[in-house]
Formats: sequence, structure tokens, C-alpha cells
Amino acid sequence: MSSRAVSSWGNLVRAEHALFGLRGRSDPFPKIPAGSSVLPFGNGRSYGDSCLNPGGALLETRALDRFIRFDRETGLLASEAGVLLDDILRLAVPAGWFLPVVPGTAYVTVGGAIANDVHGKNHHRAGTFGRHVRELELLRSNGERLKCSRVEHPQWFSATIGGLGLTGVITWAELQLTRIPGPWLAMEVVRFANLEQFFELCDESDREFEYTVAWIDCLARGRRLGRGLLQRANHSEIADRDRRAHVRQLSVPFMSPISLVNAVTLRVFNTLHYHRQWSPRARYTVDLREFFFPLDWVLHWNRLYGPRGFYQYQCVLPGLFARDATAQLLETVALRGQGSFLAVIKRFGSPTSPGMLSFPRAGVTLALDFPNKGASLEHLFRELDEVVSVAGGRLYPAKDARMPGTLFRSGYPRWQEFARYVDPVCSSSFWRRVTEGAHMTEGVYMTEGA
Amino acid sequence: MNRTLIVGATSAIAEATARRLAKRGDPLYLVARDQQRLAAVAADVGVRGSPRVGSEALNANHIGEHGRMLERAEQFLGGLDTVLIAYGTLSDQKTCEASVEHTLHELHTNALSVVALLTLVANRLAARGAGTIAVISSVAGDRGRSSNYVYGSAKALVTVFLSGLRQRLHRRGVAVVTIKPGFVDTPMTAAFRKGPLWTKPDRVAAGIVRAIDRKAGVVYLPGFWRPIMLIVRMIPERIFRALEW
Repeated sequence: MSSRAVSSWGNLVRAEHALFGLRGRSDPFPKIPAGSSVLPFGNGRSYGDSCLNPGGALLETRALDRFIRFDRETGLLASEAGVLLDDILRLAVPAGWFLPVVPGTAYVTVGGAIANDVHGKNHHRAGTFGRHVRELELLRSNGERLKCSRVEHPQWFSATIGGLGLTGVITWAELQLTRIPGPWLAMEVVRFANLEQFFELCDESDREFEYTVAWIDCLARGRRLGRGLLQRANHSEIADRDRRAHVRQLSVPFMSPISLVNAVTLRVFNTLHYHRQWSPRARYTVDLREFFFPLDWVLHWNRLYGPRGFYQYQCVLPGLFARDATAQLLETVALRGQGSFLAVIKRFGSPTSPGMLSFPRAGVTLALDFPNKGASLEHLFRELDEVVSVAGGRLYPAKDARMPGTLFRSGYPRWQEFARYVDPVCSSSFWRRVTEGAHMTEGVYMTEGA
Repeated sequence: MNRTLIVGATSAIAEATARRLAKRGDPLYLVARDQQRLAAVAADVGVRGSPRVGSEALNANHIGEHGRMLERAEQFLGGLDTVLIAYGTLSDQKTCEASVEHTLHELHTNALSVVALLTLVANRLAARGAGTIAVISSVAGDRGRSSNYVYGSAKALVTVFLSGLRQRLHRRGVAVVTIKPGFVDTPMTAAFRKGPLWTKPDRVAAGIVRAIDRKAGVVYLPGFWRPIMLIVRMIPERIFRALEW
């Protein structure tokens, strides 16, 4: 065991953690010193504190990076939990298979993708990552190994998917991949002048395209509120040899001393980006990685936000109130002039999420990045929280570093049911924060067993 | 296609090497002590592209088993092109200093058993008049230092043995590759504080594959260790003995 300062993707805190590690899926759960706690840690791409456990320990899983089996006929792939989605794609794409769901980066582990029940641009068709997990093994601190699926230990399965690593450590999982004709996508980029147009485009897009996502200029106001670009795509049959993906990889070599994302750069970027194509509709053929992981070609892009780090605010607004609430959120952000490069909006579809704490549900999801400016930003967040809360929405734990416990508990009504499955030695900064105060009055959740 | 036997296949460096060989389609026969870990590595390299993967659990200190293991490996692979010997333990110097038994045990694991295995492998390949033998030695074998001279002297024995073997087999068409990694961030060195001289197993693995393909003689991995060790070897004993490493 050693110890090290660890931070998450948002670089908001850098805290000392004791480190344990698993080398292989047959390794036992390490002995955690009495009174301490531990949290499984994959590739550290969660933005806030859901992957951190300051004062306690982390259980590193990246060395669990072995494939177990891959059936090229059926697309069933089993691997250890520390394998990166990137590794899977390198193996599967040339064989004509693709992950059924990918988040915005390929640099996350399988365990992390399950523990956060991540979603992607095809949520309206495929739902969340967890829906495609056939089976997983959960290793508990008491040494128990639970094989979990929809039929075996279904409650543990449902607690562990989206369970933020709190139910124990996932050692391996089996995924059902999907067939693709090749590594190319036929993409259309459609400009929309405001939020209303975006919603009009949604119906048609969701019907005809497997993947949809939109970028919004969050500084635009008034009639232009919610203007942006909608990307929609389908897998393309185009033959490999006709084209070559341009492999490019840049890196931000060191932490920028100040945030390069500020009022000036933001306005310039947003305006230019909105007008990046002449026609309101353009067609492209793009490589998988270019479409799904546009930011992965800049390693360490989080360093652009400077040493104080950044927050991401991602919410989902359900059903009927989604439109109005989205408009309200965007108005509030535009009014405060604190927009982001990466304002992303997508309409989630109806497939249900399997996890007790899964974030996605039918409605609209909006994700906004903000450089950390301290108190004024928290003030803005409180205003946004209010809108989300009234609309019956919730925030995404994988992105969160500050949501109030009350918002978590109202947004995730199954949290107490979930709490029964939390491993007695597992905890996280996030979990302590959002349950703080609650267990005094509602005192049920620390007890074991159901 | 390079039919390769790897002894010590669950070590981080060997596993990374096996993955690289698997990816280009080499058939593999993997040998290691821990049956469960070995099975996991074997399954993994199979998925990664090795067309044929065999494995067997063996404690290399059981010298009497070496011959049968080589027989099975050659039979499984239908011949043997490359043998990579990659096992070893990082001896705890302090424990060694306090215990003759422990010191001798470490020398047995890291030197004598390797010599025993090499003797059989060498004769096999020499009889066929082709093949490559690659062995992971260490920069620690270039000069004894107070912090790890038991481990270092075992590796020194291996290095010198390989040097002689290389001469002997040169005329017989068999290449002998001595691999000297520097500090590698592996489970074997988990307890060490890492500095800028440290490297990842995969980088060393890339160097090993290159060295095997080129049939190189002695390689330092990464290459910057060659000049460093040249200087270390040149320091006069009078000064060297006063240093504390």
C-alpha cells in the first residue's frame, strides 16, 4: 500500500489517498484498516468527487486489464473491469463490432462505465451502458463474489449498475456488442436558430438517426436563445479502403496558470463555432472516434481550465416541463454571462435505465462546463438547482462536485433502497456529502442486508 | 509467425510482451507459477490475436521439471523459435543480509534455475540450428550496490552466462539476447517511490520485441540506461565504495 495525491477530471480538489490495487480478477479484496473506507477507482474520468475518497483509500482497478473472451460471431465480450473502452474498440471495431453505448470519451474503464451507468448519443435507441451488461462479478469486502445479472442476484445487479462503486468492486463484466458495417459514420450537422427549432428537429432526428447530440451557444439570448448545431449520424457502409482516418493526437502538456476559458475566449469561440458552416445543413463522413470522442484527441484538455479546475453541471429534465425548464436554465446562464465551450443538449429516450441510481431518464439533458470561479458560480448553481428541482429533474453524480443532499435525495427516490447494498467499507466523498444529515433522521441505510 | 515460449509469463513485463506478440499473431506457450493468474493471461492473449495459446503452471525452482516442460512446449507449438525467460523475484536485501538460507534461495531463483533452464534450452535450439533465446537480466547486474547486491549478483551471473552462451551459439545459428531493464513500474517494484527514470512495462515490452526481431546482443531498456551504466561501471572502486545507493 502506498499513498498519493489524487484528483478527478475537474481538478477541483487534490487530496491524499491511501492506495490499494487489484492485479487480477482472482485477487482478494484488500484488508482495509479499521475505521477507514475504500472506493474502487478506474481511470479517474469522473469530473467531481464521486470517484474520490479523501482521508480514506482508493482501490485501483486499472491493472485489471485483461480480456476474458470475445465471440466474434455473437459479439459477446467479457473482460476485466479495468479494461478501457478504448482497448475494446481497438479489438472490436476491426472485427465489425462496436460498443452498444459510448460516452464522450473512450478513456474510461468498463467498471467505471457500469458504475456510472453512462449514456451516449444513442440514448433514444439503446438506453444506457448498463442495459447491455449481460453479467458482472461483484467482489465484496467480506470476500464474497456475487455473479450478478438480470436473473442472478438481480437486486445487486441493479444496485451496482450506476452504483458509483459503492456496492463493492466490479472485477469483470460481459457485454453485448453491436454489429457495425465499418468504422465510418454518415453525419449531418444542422444549424438551429433557437431552442424551439431544436425541439422541432428532435422528433425527426430521433426517428431517422441512431446518434444525435447538439451543441448550444449558451451566451446567445433573446430570440437566439438556445441556438446551436445539431449533429446526427448513422453508421455508414462505406468501404474501409476508400478513406483513412486522420490520426492526430495533441496534448496540453502542463496546467495553464489561468483558465483559458473566460468571457472573451468564450464569446469568440461560440460565435465562430455557430457559424462554422455556410449552409444550415451540411453532410460529412467521419471516423468513429472523431464523432464520438471529439475531445480525446487533445489529451489533458481539462488543464485548459487552469489550476482551480472546472465544474460540469449536467441535469436531466423530465417530460412535460423539459422545454420550459431548459429555456429557463439557458436564460439564467446567458444572463450571468458564465457560459461554456461545451454546452451540450440531448433528448433522452424512453428506454429505462437498469440501475437504482442511474441518471438518465426520458427527457432533456443539458451539460454545461464552468471554470471554477468560486462563490459567484455556486450562486449560479443554486439558481439552476432551483429550476431543476421544480421541474422534477436531477443532476448527474459522475459530473457533480457540489449538489446539495436535498437535491440528490429528491432526484433519486430509490437512494434509500440503494443504500442497503452499499458495502460496509465502501464510501466516497460524494456519498458522504449527499447523505450527510439524512442518516441521522432516516437512520435506516447503514444497516446491512435486505 | 514466431512460436514463442515465455517462462514467467505473469510478470508485468512478460505479459506486456506476450500481448504484443499475440497481436501480431504469434503462437504462445506460457509458463508461470500461479495457475489462476496464468489462466487469465492466457485467455487475454488469445483474445488479442494469438492463434494458439498453451499454458502450464510450474515453479522454475523445480529444476527437474524443466525438461518435460520444454518437451510439452515444443510439442504444443510444433517447434520452438523463441524462448523468453522473464521470471525473477526482487530479493529483499535486508532479509538476505540476515539469512544465509534466504540469500541462497534468492540466488537459486534468479540465477541457478535460470542457468539450468538455459542449458536445456540452448542444447535444444543448437540441435535445430536456429532460434532466439531472450532473457531478462537487469541493470542491477552491472555493478554491485549495497542496496540490492544479492539480486544484482544473481543477475550478474545470468548476464555473464548469457555472454558466453551467445559466443557458443553464434556459430550454431542461435541468437542470445540479454535484456537489461532499468526501473520499471511493476507490481514487483510497487513499494518504491517513482522518479523520472522509471518506465512502464509496455515500453520495455516494445524494446524486447524489437530486440528479439533484430537478434540484438545486449539491450538496455530504455536505451538511456546504457550510458548511465557505462558511467556507473567506470567509477573507481575507491569512490564507489563510499557511495550509498
